[in-house]
Amino acid sequence: MTTTHTHQTQITADPLVPLVRIIREFDAPRDKVFRAHTDPELVAQWLGPRRHQMRVEHYDCHTGGSYRYVHVSEGNEFGFHGCFHEVRPDELIVQTFTFEGFPDGVALEKLVLEDLGDGRTRLTATSLVDSFEERDAFLASGMEGGVRESYERLDDLLAG
Amino acid sequence: MFNHLVEYKGEAAVASDSLSRVFSALADPTRRDIVTRLAVADATVNELADPYAVSVQAVSKHLKVLEDCGLVSRSRDAQRRPVHLEADVLDLMTAWIERYRRTAEDRYRRLDDLLRTMPDDGDAPSPGPPSPGPSQTGPSQTGAPR
Repeated sequence: MTTTHTHQTQITADPLVPLVRIIREFDAPRDKVFRAHTDPELVAQWLGPRRHQMRVEHYDCHTGGSYRYVHVSEGNEFGFHGCFHEVRPDELIVQTFTFEGFPDGVALEKLVLEDLGDGRTRLTATSLVDSFEERDAFLASGMEGGVRESYERLDDLLAG
Repeated sequence: MFNHLVEYKGEAAVASDSLSRVFSALADPTRRDIVTRLAVADATVNELADPYAVSVQAVSKHLKVLEDCGLVSRSRDAQRRPVHLEADVLDLMTAWIERYRRTAEDRYRRLDDLLRTMPDDGDAPSPGPPSPGPSQTGPSQTGAPR
């Protein structure tokens, strides 16, 4: 591919089950996208929020392996860990995900890579949690400031 | 009303009970359908019940759920009491997902950049020593699950 246009990320919150689905295409072959998800040094370069430093404690991305990483922000550390349930090179990663600030919560995450030809890849990532409240909290954890204002507006609306 | 489920660095992650209720309310296909129809125009309970093989009473129950989470309202005065969709609430929900989408987009743009700098063979262009991870190298034939 010669063009460097950016693909749009599609995200849907399923209304029937507490699941979030993300779909995104990449101008890169499947093995590269896969490697960017399995090599801890590469993972550290893109996975964490930009404003946080990401420290990968371990990241054994193979069936039966596990991981733990920490986001560091202004002296605060936020740990995340989980297990790799099924890893199939270039195709599939099934893993669990827990935010240690909410240790009872666990998401089941599935990453599927499809070869679109011409060196392009479609990524579909789903996260399933065990309640809608948790899903919505999970969604909320990906948001920037300013959303608080939205919530407050919503509260006002709902209270009115 | 403003129920903090998770506080993540105090800057982002506040899941509101209100929004959760909007999501739960929309988890039901009949209620989603009602919302879709109200997006076109206000309607009475009888009009809303018409296409369904359920009683007006059952539709009223669904409306109560939608009303409790703020998605719809009913005027007090007239006999007809048409049901009105509170589009602002729906918009906020959409905006909320959009914000999350942008965060994901931001992350995947970093991945775009990384993929552009990665060579085609198995070695990562990392500044440090090669990682000893077990699965990141090797030719990328369709491998058997391990």
